[in-house]
Amino acid sequence: MDAEFFRAWIAEIAAVVETQRDHLTQLDSAIGDADHGTNLSRGFTAVQAALAQADTPTPGSVLLLTGSTLISKVGGASGPLYGTAFRRASKALGDAPVVDLPALAGALEAALAGVQKLGAAREGEKTMVDALAPAVSAFSKAVAEGAPADEALSALTDAADAGAQATISMQALKGRASYLGPRSVGHEDPGAASTVLILHALRDVAERPTG
Amino acid sequence: MKKLINSPDTLVTDALAGMAAAHPSLAVDLENKIIVRAGAPAAGKVGLVSGGGSGHEPLHGGFVGYGMLDAACAGEVFTSPVPDQMLAATLAVNGGAGVVHVVKNYTGDILNFQMAAELAEDEGIEVASVVVNDDVAVQDSLYTAGRRGTGATVFVEKIAGALAERGGSLADVAAVAAEVNERSRSFGVALTSCTVPAAGKPTFDLAEAEIELGIGIHGEPGRTRAALASARDITAIVMDAIAADMPLTGDLLVMVNGMGGTPLIELYGIFNEVHRYLAGPDVRIARNLVGNYITSLEMQGFSVTVCRLTDTLTDLWDAPVDTPGLRWGR
Repeated sequence: MDAEFFRAWIAEIAAVVETQRDHLTQLDSAIGDADHGTNLSRGFTAVQAALAQADTPTPGSVLLLTGSTLISKVGGASGPLYGTAFRRASKALGDAPVVDLPALAGALEAALAGVQKLGAAREGEKTMVDALAPAVSAFSKAVAEGAPADEALSALTDAADAGAQATISMQALKGRASYLGPRSVGHEDPGAASTVLILHALRDVAERPTG
Repeated sequence: MKKLINSPDTLVTDALAGMAAAHPSLAVDLENKIIVRAGAPAAGKVGLVSGGGSGHEPLHGGFVGYGMLDAACAGEVFTSPVPDQMLAATLAVNGGAGVVHVVKNYTGDILNFQMAAELAEDEGIEVASVVVNDDVAVQDSLYTAGRRGTGATVFVEKIAGALAERGGSLADVAAVAAEVNERSRSFGVALTSCTVPAAGKPTFDLAEAEIELGIGIHGEPGRTRAALASARDITAIVMDAIAADMPLTGDLLVMVNGMGGTPLIELYGIFNEVHRYLAGPDVRIARNLVGNYITSLEMQGFSVTVCRLTDTLTDLWDAPVDTPGLRWGR
């Protein structure tokens, strides 16, 4: 996976966020403040513009520019959290021109650690961590066992899907939804839902025929 | 929902440009979406910066001026501004004595201001952050993100701004801001939801005879729903919630704040009920504010904020202030 692969991933995220923008905002209306889809759409539109202008020769440089732009353009909680995730992943990848599966696993683990440190969130609190943590863990396990890319990425997205679904029955303990107390139960967490989109975009791009 | 806008995407900058045109005492940076006092920075004066999502006007931009804020950062509607904006505001008002950030306790505001403070410190500016968390509707526990910052923000900005104007040090200005927050409590009620322009439809639905108790300032649902009742009964619910959390004795500063869509005649009716509620030998409404100061777009509803004054706080409250949203004594 080279810089072009990572640029394709980001482009796919931008496209999916655009089509799912209203859905994400709707999820956020139920237990938050109705801006998640709008914010991510604004952020990834800005990221696409930044990537089109800049020279990003390595996977790490693609993710660094993505993270920095999200922090600069999104605001809210999702800007710093997703921005930090991409920046940490970038740092883990360093200057490597090509990334293999174990390196990608390491980058995703670094992203998760960054999100958890900044947001002080753990699993079970109805946040993006509930999709990201099981996904990263399933991916790392599959990679460590020598699974091929398609299997490891399916493990990633399956675990993210299940994690996001599980947020429906949770009571929010972090973020704006926590103000609702028990009334937050019964709704999917918007941050977990957008994490699912981002990870599905990764798998979809990896499965595209190359050449 | 009908809105008087050109487009949701340009609403914030259009409003900022309008602020600039209406108030020559303000310098508006449309690129960074910040409002700064003209002539800033004032050498040797502690700078006071706040900011948050838009849609709460006059907060925060309407409170920039003599005796209150030095700068305000405007985010998108109900979305925290980004660290770059906060850094630009901090740099613009840094007169060498340090800068206080007034931050309402929401996850997004906290994270972005935290990043901005680190960036400012890298530039050699001393930053003290004060978090406002006065909303008694939210349990402050391991089970929430903590109490929200609501009406007390207006009191904090006014009183800390007065001390900064008098030449208070960074530590003293931050301390008085924290003291005001600790001595203040709020509770809000919504009769309707509001419509975020980019979302295009109301954030939540309320039936004709329903009200939402314990709302914040972002159109987010509150903790419970109740049947619409008289102003007296609703005020009793609000004041009981505040009194259960803080003894209401001594000299009080009371704000009856409209959420944007409630007429003044109803707000004064509520103030009358608050006044009745607080009748007693050991309590006095020493100062008050009635009007729209921290709003949620066009939401119908109100909040009450109570601050237990000290002589020092009363004196700072009375100090001259000259901003678009609050003006007296000058």
